[in-house]
Order: sequence, then structure tokens, then C-alpha cells
Amino acid sequence: MKRFFGFVTKEFYHIFRDVRTILILFGMPIAQILIFGYVITNEIKDVNIAVLDHSKDEVTREITDKLLSSGYFILNKKLETNDQIQEEFEKGDIREVIIFGDNFARKLQKEKAADVQIITDASDANTANLVRNYTQAIINDYVKEKNATILQPARLVPEIRMLFNPELKGTYMYVPGTMAMILMLISAMMTSITIAREKEMGTMEVLLVSPLRPAQIILGKVAPYVMLSFANAVSIIVLGYFVFGVPVQGSLVLLLAESLLFITLALSLGILISTVSTGQQMAMFISMFALMLPTILLSGFIFPIENMPEILQWLTLIMPPRWFITIIKNIMVKGTGLLFVWKETLILVGITLVFIVLSVRNFKIRLE
Amino acid sequence: MINTAVSIKNVKKTYGEVEALHNINVDVSEGELFGFIGPDGAGKTSLFRILVTLLLPTEGAASIFDMDVVKDFKKLRRILGYMPGRFSLYQDLTVEENLNFFATTFGTTIKENYYLIESIYKQIEPFKKRRAGALSGGMKQKLALSCALIHKPRLLVLDEPTTGVDAVSRSEFWDMLGNLKKMGITVVVSTPYMDEAGLCDRVALIQKGRLLSVDTPQNIMNGYDEDLWAVRSKNIYKLIEDLRQLEEVSSAFPFGEYVHVSTPPDRINQKMIENLLEKKGHDTVEVKKIGATIEDCFMKLMKN
Repeated sequence: MKRFFGFVTKEFYHIFRDVRTILILFGMPIAQILIFGYVITNEIKDVNIAVLDHSKDEVTREITDKLLSSGYFILNKKLETNDQIQEEFEKGDIREVIIFGDNFARKLQKEKAADVQIITDASDANTANLVRNYTQAIINDYVKEKNATILQPARLVPEIRMLFNPELKGTYMYVPGTMAMILMLISAMMTSITIAREKEMGTMEVLLVSPLRPAQIILGKVAPYVMLSFANAVSIIVLGYFVFGVPVQGSLVLLLAESLLFITLALSLGILISTVSTGQQMAMFISMFALMLPTILLSGFIFPIENMPEILQWLTLIMPPRWFITIIKNIMVKGTGLLFVWKETLILVGITLVFIVLSVRNFKIRLE
Repeated sequence: MINTAVSIKNVKKTYGEVEALHNINVDVSEGELFGFIGPDGAGKTSLFRILVTLLLPTEGAASIFDMDVVKDFKKLRRILGYMPGRFSLYQDLTVEENLNFFATTFGTTIKENYYLIESIYKQIEPFKKRRAGALSGGMKQKLALSCALIHKPRLLVLDEPTTGVDAVSRSEFWDMLGNLKKMGITVVVSTPYMDEAGLCDRVALIQKGRLLSVDTPQNIMNGYDEDLWAVRSKNIYKLIEDLRQLEEVSSAFPFGEYVHVSTPPDRINQKMIENLLEKKGHDTVEVKKIGATIEDCFMKLMKN
């Protein structure tokens, strides 16, 4: 036991004396969660638009004001002629032009219909779609308000409710996803690098010719990273809660326990990587390619699994982050308990065991 | 009766096609300071790694205190002290932390075995708060030796401990090995420096994976069966060329500022060599008869 503590102490010295390690361990998670939380978002904000108002009457002014006061749009320019539209889009400053036809108010009153045209810059298709939807919704809203008093012919209006995330906040998705990615990356990459470093520096040679057993070496290496990764998981949950308002609806204990399970999984994967790599560089590359890209692309974190080609869908089945993301989304956002995530949990336990068995079998008690 | 500490029997090691060790047979007695002397690439490191249970021999067997290096590796790892050829301590840990770590790893404390390392560690103790990576070459080796010794091993295996170390530190290092021997620790050491051979009880000359000779340094030197001369003139390069042309000369090698010339016993004398060289146009020729050094023996054995 004393040996084990001696080893762990040594490992902490390594961690706290290397600025790069510290940065990766603590700087990267916080930076990533903030970047993902703020940058990758499906909501729009402060989109530059132009208005070409041919009638300039009370109604068009009201609609324009409503649009601009929503917070989604900024009036970049008031246009005077149709020719200016193309020109403005080519300059690229604006995303949308709203055109009101002439005699807008009068037509609306007389004919119960008036012309509004929305032109968007679809070179960025996603944003164009969002901008159009927002604009349409605001204009419809205005019309509805105006006509509230007037009796309408019977209409079918679907009542829509968004469960669990009524405001459709992107962070509800990105916080769990980023958490999976960071824990995977940090835990697996850092352990694989630290073990590979012992090999590279020749210290593994000395460790092997000592009474330390392989299990002691591995556990001693991994224990500090379990603690640090766990601290990371906690800080991500805290950041998610206070900065992005991502709630923890379910049991916090269960959430932390599942995180610990996932950390163990990532660490055992890290050990496995280190047993097949000869140096730090190689360990790092394997970790990057084997972990980062699949975590981002194949876990359902950014791209929905249902939309993938079937082969890739099958591939996602062996991606641990996929299951972990499902678990934490269930716990954090839906507030469900173990009863709903036991299958995913079992899968994670299984994968962990496979990794541990493989790495113990692969760990070499001698040099090559 | 003296016990055998290390017994190496017909050990062979191949890496793919390359044969690193070819049928090595050596016994080292308990309490001996035994040196493997040979140039880089002779196979010293491979042999040592087999001894310290880090490599498996391709053929043959080796045992240490009657424990097999393959089967009993767990037991052996408790009683071995090993210092690899490359500096293999934690550079980001201080001197003291390194020593502490290795003591704990072997289930002991610095205090318990301090007497063993005292004479060595005292020299680096003023720097005990310094990171190991910032030490000089000689100090690094002293620290590495302290770490290899801290658990009081029965056998100490040192792979080229003096390579890349300045002359003063080298001689200090050998003094320490002498002290350890007095304390009853068997020491097996390798070195590419021929002049260090004389500091060992017995040496094995090794070249290209083969043992050339195993004996005490004195016996090896006495075994030189030719006359040896140290010759010097102004133009060393031409001197070697000319000497090698003489039919009486069996070999001529540069050796510091002299050329060592080997001739069959009683074939030629000092005056005759001087005359022969002056005839070839050398002036200020200096010739003296000398005894063989280990390096001369090594060169001769290598040629055969």
C-alpha cells in the first residue's frame, strides 16, 4: 500500500510540474465547454437585415419595429430600389432583405391581403432557413395580434409543445456531448501519454526491474487521473448549470457514478493505447484519431445517428460516448433514473471490462 | 568456498536476422567486481538486459544466485540493482524525490540503507532540492547509482555507468564501486573504456557478441605473447603506413601520441626499428619497449 501511495505521489509531481499537462487537464475542458456552449448554437442573434419598404405606412413601420425589437435582427440598411438588393447581398453584409409591397396598409384593409417578400442569403443554408423561420413567425404573430378581435373562419392550429427543452436550447445537447468528449480525450490521452513517457524516457526499464507488479504500476498511473478527471466532470456539470442553465433533473449521485464509470472506461482505453504505442507522439496520435473524431462524429453529439448511412449506424454501437451521452442526457435533461439507462450502463461496463482485460494481457513485463 | 553469483550458459540472442550475442559463457563469483569490456554494439546491453530479466535469451540460460532469469524473474527483481545505460530517472523530480520514490518502491526507506549510499549520496546531497534533469553528467550517475543501491541489492548491474562522464567523476565512480565490493555486493559493470578494465577483479572482453577472453586484467596483459613497442615520429600517419609495410611487424595501431607496434618475440630490437624507420626518411624517431595494456590485448584478440 505504501508503494502504491509512493507511486501516486510521484505521479502527482509529474502532473503539477508540467505546464502543458496542467493546461490540457484543466484549461482545455473549461475552454471547450465554453466554446461549444457559446459558439455551436442553432439559435440566431443580431442578424443583419435590410428593409425595402415601398409603402412606408403605419403597418409596415410597426412590423419592422416588431422585427427589430425581437433581438434577433439588426437593421443594417434601408433600401430604396429593387436594384440595390442584389448589390447588398453581394457585399455580404446582410443575410436577409424584407420587402413590403406598395400600399401595404390599404391593401391589407381592403383586400385582406398584402405582399411581403423575404429574400435570404442561402449561401449558408442553415442560417438562411433559421432567419426565414424567425421572420415568418414574427410577421404571423403580428397579423394574429391585429386580427384577434376580428372573427376568423374556422382554422386548424396545431398546438406544439417541446418536451424537456421547451426553449430548444442548444446547450442541452452540447454540454453532455462536450462532457463525453472531454472525459474521453483527457482520461484516455493523458494516461496513454504518461505511460508512453515512461517507456520513452527509459524509466519503464527501471520500474520493470523492481518488485512493482504490472497492476501496481498501472493503478498507480491511473489513480491520479481518475481523481482529476472526476474533478473535471464535476466542473463541467457546474459550468453547465451556472453558465448555460443546463439543469440536473435526475439524481446527481447517479450522474456522478455514471461519469466515474465512463472515466474508468476512458482510462482503460488509455492504458490499452499505451501498451501498443512506443512513444508519447504515437500515443497522442492514436488518442486523437481513435478518440476525438469518432466521439465528435459518431456519437450523435453533433450529427443525429438516425440520419447516418446504415454502416455508420452500426459503427456507432461500439462508440462508448454514444451510450454515455444517452445516459447523461436522460439523467440531466429528462430526469430519469437508473431504470431507464441500465442497458446503456451495462454496455459501458462491458466495454470497460474488455479494455481492462486487453490491456492487462498486452502489458509487457519485459522489453521487446 | 566462493559461491557463484551469476552463471551464464550458452546464451544466444538474436533480433530477427541480427545475432547480438553468440554463445556467451561466463561465471561471476559472489563478491566480485566483474567488468564486461567492449566497444559500442558489442552486445553488452543485450547481455545485461537478459541478466536483469528484461529480455529473454533466444537460446541458453542464465541464473543469478541459482535463480533462473526467466522463470524466477519475480524473485530476482527484489534482489537486483540495475542502472541502465541511459539516464533513467525522473528528470522532473528532485534528487531527494527520486531517491525516496525508489526506496518506497522497494519497500524500504532512505534512512534504513543510508550507510550503503552515504559516501556517494553525500556528494550530491547539497543539491537534493534540485531537479534531476538539471544535474551534471557525473552527478546524474551518482544519483542513479544511489537509486539502484537504496534497497541493498545482492547483485548490482551497471550498464556503462561512466560513459559520457568527465575523467574526475569517472575515477570517483570506480572508487565507489570498490567500496561497494568491500561491503559484499557483487558488481557487474560494462564499459567501453579499456583503461577501466584494470579496476575490475576480472574482465570479459566482448566484441560483436562473442567473448574474446575472460580473466583477471593482469593475466590478460601477461598473456600478450609478442614484443610491444611504443614508437613516435613527426609524421604519425606516414609512420603507421611505413610500419605496417615492415615484414617484422605484425600490427601497428595509433595509441595516443604513440604508435603501438607488435612484433613476434625476440625478432627485432629497439635499434633495428630506429634504423629501419630512419631509412624510410623519418627523423626524431623515438622507440621504447613497453608492456601490453588491455587495449593492446583487445586489438590482438580481435584480429585473431
